[in-house]
Amino acid sequence: MKTPILKIEGFGKHFTLHEQNKRIPSSHNVNLEVYAGELTALIGPTGAGKSSVLKGIYRTYLPSAGKILYRDKNGVEVDLAQADEYRMLQLRHEEIGFVTQFLFCLPRQSTLDVVAHPLVVRGMSREAARTKAAEMLTALNLPERLWSISPATFSGGEKQRVNLARGLVARPRLLLLDEPTASLDPVTAERVIALIEQIKAEGVAMLAIFHHPELTQRLGDRVVELTPPPATSKQADIKEKSGTNEQKVEVFA
Amino acid sequence: MSAGYNFGFLDEHAKKEVRRAILKAISIPGYQVPYSSREMPMGRGFGTGGLQITLSLIGANDTLKVIDQGSDDSVNAVNLRQFIEMTCPGIDTTTRLSEATLIQSRHRIPETPLKPEQVLVLQVPYPDPLVVVEPSEDKRKIMHGEADYARLLVKLYEDIVKFDEITISHRYPTRINDHYVIDPSPIPRWDVPKLDNSPALILFGAGREKKIYAVPPHTKGEPLAFEDVPFRVEDFRDAQGKRRACARCGATDTFLDEFMNEDGSKRYQCSDSDYCDETLEADMMTEATTHA
Amino acid sequence: MRKILEVRNLSKIYGKGCPRCIESTGPEADTNMCPHCGSVVAIHDVSFDLHEGEILGLMGESGSGKSTVVKNLYFDQTPTSGEARFFDEAGTQDMFHLNAAQQRRLRNQRFGMVYQNPHLGLNFGISSGGNIAERLLMNDVSHYGEIRERAKELLSRTEVLLSRMDESPGNFSGGMQQRVQIAKALATNPPLLYLDEVTTGLDLSVQARILDLILEIQQERNTAMIVVTHDLGVIRLLTGRALVMKYGRVIESGLTDQILEDPQHAYTQRLVASAL
Repeated sequence: MKTPILKIEGFGKHFTLHEQNKRIPSSHNVNLEVYAGELTALIGPTGAGKSSVLKGIYRTYLPSAGKILYRDKNGVEVDLAQADEYRMLQLRHEEIGFVTQFLFCLPRQSTLDVVAHPLVVRGMSREAARTKAAEMLTALNLPERLWSISPATFSGGEKQRVNLARGLVARPRLLLLDEPTASLDPVTAERVIALIEQIKAEGVAMLAIFHHPELTQRLGDRVVELTPPPATSKQADIKEKSGTNEQKVEVFA
Repeated sequence: MSAGYNFGFLDEHAKKEVRRAILKAISIPGYQVPYSSREMPMGRGFGTGGLQITLSLIGANDTLKVIDQGSDDSVNAVNLRQFIEMTCPGIDTTTRLSEATLIQSRHRIPETPLKPEQVLVLQVPYPDPLVVVEPSEDKRKIMHGEADYARLLVKLYEDIVKFDEITISHRYPTRINDHYVIDPSPIPRWDVPKLDNSPALILFGAGREKKIYAVPPHTKGEPLAFEDVPFRVEDFRDAQGKRRACARCGATDTFLDEFMNEDGSKRYQCSDSDYCDETLEADMMTEATTHA
Repeated sequence: MRKILEVRNLSKIYGKGCPRCIESTGPEADTNMCPHCGSVVAIHDVSFDLHEGEILGLMGESGSGKSTVVKNLYFDQTPTSGEARFFDEAGTQDMFHLNAAQQRRLRNQRFGMVYQNPHLGLNFGISSGGNIAERLLMNDVSHYGEIRERAKELLSRTEVLLSRMDESPGNFSGGMQQRVQIAKALATNPPLLYLDEVTTGLDLSVQARILDLILEIQQERNTAMIVVTHDLGVIRLLTGRALVMKYGRVIESGLTDQILEDPQHAYTQRLVASAL
């Protein structure tokens, strides 16, 4: 039996807004597995907390419940819901990549440097990192004339490609993808799909949210459907309801 | 006059306290020892610090020389000498360095090397070299304690930046025994090397600032400088690069004072009048011998 | 990443203090002044670690105690209680148990500080180059030519015009003064830098270039930094981890993106919500 790289058990996330005295539920009782060389797709309606799962894994959100068991490159299992900040930073630098819908990068940095950055953090020389970054940007069809300027002024599609390039360049062991093709033209989207297939073949494990159901069909080896948590937005109504979130899990062969 | 006054004007308790301060100063070379400076029958700033040291050390068997900027005959030197003669009956005074056992001086160290049995007392207006960079005495004390003189060196750095050389002409900060930096009183740079490994004890007295410090015999005295911009004394060269000579005795190895003649031209003469006289006498002796 | 600094239970109280100071101050009490004795609990029980090359943010509004933390760590002030250990090649230094000379050495050689007010970090009575020279001279560099070269290198790295290095920083703009301060702080290539509101009060474009410079320096030299600021933009741009302080207490800490996207404490939520 294969061992998953990532195994999530009973993950939940809610937000407590003190000012408004509200508790906003987001993800609820999520269970899933991600394997090396495979892509697990997260589906479900808006409000089902798909992005919260990815952010919870990456610690951009603090998980409210459950276990996020990650097996690192040395085979050591770590619960990302409990791991300390330095362990999270180390895993972010070395093993776990996250391509979000929105590009956040340092202003006034050239696109090439933005993409090269994860490699520099890992200790690669600036020049070598830039070469790799250039390869990645070429593969994603970003015109070379844009490489030397900051992505701050780019169009949505261009930013998305920079974001992808930065996420893919360092070949993480586990890659989290949040609608990676959302704002891309069909040609570029095809390139991205090809790239995802390529890194999957290289053994990268992926957990992804796709905009189009057809992409889930094409790329997903496993599909996990999330349903919105029971509507409990008033603090007075807060009650842990467990086991009510039915999940349809399909496994494609 | 002497009736009614103790020998040396100061009472014995006062002298004892000054001597204790001196002993401490000798024990910690370069360290400014505070003492309770007495009122003297002359204004502060006229050498009362040096005078109190002299009066505390002098005995009836001593021979005293008093110098003011190299000269024994200036009003200040004469007044001090007369005051000491008056209050210390039995002592001898001299203008000859070789005869003196105790020398009180303002702004100069004699040209002729001191002898081990001599003691030189220098009058000091501003004892703390750090006063130019740090107004708080509390902080200065900490800086001295930790031998933290970086800010003094910055002053030298700024000098070189502005003038391509260190322009301090007097009171050149000098590090004693590898720790405390002293203000060696307003002696010219020319005299600073004489502090290093001096055979005689050199004492510094600041009456107004109430401090005594010392460079004991055979102690290292090193002017602050940079490795690549070493300390230099005045070179007294004329426009042609020739070392100027004393107009009176002809010496070319002394610190020269500059005088303006009535016609506007400049004349240079030994600052150390005793040394100048001795050189002249020696020349005359040689001449006399030759003629004989 | 090697740990470079470990701060434990750091507290600083101004005033004589009383047994009820701690319980009567802090975020819940909504004050840092003890109502019983009038003492100000500037910081209480602050603990954190800092790793080599890491930038840690201390955020909070004025009076939160964030500046007091770095002032104590830079020996500008003496803490009321608490421990701090600095780790380097020479071994572990128990910072608050060193004597004054040892503290001065650590401060002059291993730490750098950039203050919001350039008057605190620079001597306006001497040239900009002289300010850097001072730090080198404190560390026994005694070759004028070498000092001059190092000062030039540092000032050109921080983009200060070399033609103006012999001018007083008093002649410079605010942004340029901060550059001179940074150059001075870097003179000994310290592994740890404290930055106290360094861009506060500067024009936005000037701020941006100073922040860029700080990041470049961190990447080039792997310098660990503690950045004190009330500006969430600075926190987001510079730091990987952050502590949120209020009335002298750390109310929240975590990875910077988590603090900004999923703040836990009511105060932090308000702070993040009110950011432009």
